[in-house]
Amino acid sequence: MNFLSVIDMSTLVDVILLSFLLLSALAIVVMRHLFSVVMVGGVYSLLSAAFFVNLDAVDVAFTEAAVGAGISTVLLLSGLMLTVRREKPMTRRHSYLPFLAVLVTGSALMYATYDMPDFGDPNSPANTYVGMDYIEKTKHDIGVPNVVTAVLASYRGFDTLGETAVVLAAGLGVLMLLGMGFTNGPVTGKDEDDQI
Amino acid sequence: MTPHLVLRVVTKTLLSPIILFAFYVQFHGDFGPGGGFQAGVIFAVAIILYGLVFGLDLVMRIFTPRVVQIFMALGVVIYAGVGYVTMYMGGVFLDYDALVPHDTHHAGQHYGILFVEMGVGITVAAVMIGIFYSFAGRNIEISDEDW
Repeated sequence: MNFLSVIDMSTLVDVILLSFLLLSALAIVVMRHLFSVVMVGGVYSLLSAAFFVNLDAVDVAFTEAAVGAGISTVLLLSGLMLTVRREKPMTRRHSYLPFLAVLVTGSALMYATYDMPDFGDPNSPANTYVGMDYIEKTKHDIGVPNVVTAVLASYRGFDTLGETAVVLAAGLGVLMLLGMGFTNGPVTGKDEDDQI
Repeated sequence: MTPHLVLRVVTKTLLSPIILFAFYVQFHGDFGPGGGFQAGVIFAVAIILYGLVFGLDLVMRIFTPRVVQIFMALGVVIYAGVGYVTMYMGGVFLDYDALVPHDTHHAGQHYGILFVEMGVGITVAAVMIGIFYSFAGRNIEISDEDW
């Protein structure tokens, strides 16, 4: 019995992708050049998207690739233009308490994973009650092949209306904080108040 | 000779496929993966890419800040409007079956999802472009030496 038949391919891909995720997270922590940090952040999102594809969650993967790797990277880059290129070096004195907090939170999260159902468990709460109803009834109720769209736009249409309103509220928030002056065209001069 | 010639040519070549793909994701969302959120983001990426390469002034001539502001709200209005139309047609809020009553092929659901996703896409795209404008519009043009 050879090695590859013991570990199936998708588990192997999972392990490789997750190790790369860990590596890029560590790289983000270590790096000080902000441009590189943003770029590795994009790589992190792309790896997550590949991981989601391997879990058969194509809709989530698509969203992660478009939003996480695509637009967030671009928005962070355009935000980067407003600040310095390099992160300032940290002082070592205050880093013990945050480390303790991170350690405790991480252990609690790891402890919580023992209560999670196995991947693909047919008896898990997500796969039994309302989730099963959606899969069984979409063909009869809605008639669209993609169950995710049926749930998002039709069964949970009210939630999605709320989400759209949240997106609008976020946009309005940014406009009110940064950009109400931009209706008269882009700001080209240097503003004294910006140099705080 | 203009700087970044390769960047400009590649951007101009990529622009229309990206926008086409956004529309594909938008209108094919009930058959394959995707929908309004993803399509809106992809469309915004095309516009932002144009803005990054060709400058904010040019892109603001196509999508003026005023238009972006209006479209931000318009998406939500379309979405909620579908809900009010279904109420007017005799159903409850966002009950798409009321759009085409007594249809066995779920035409009402298809129309409802189509318009609702369109609202989502318009709002998401406009908000993303608006956030990009407000970030990019704040600073002076950055010189090549700084990068």
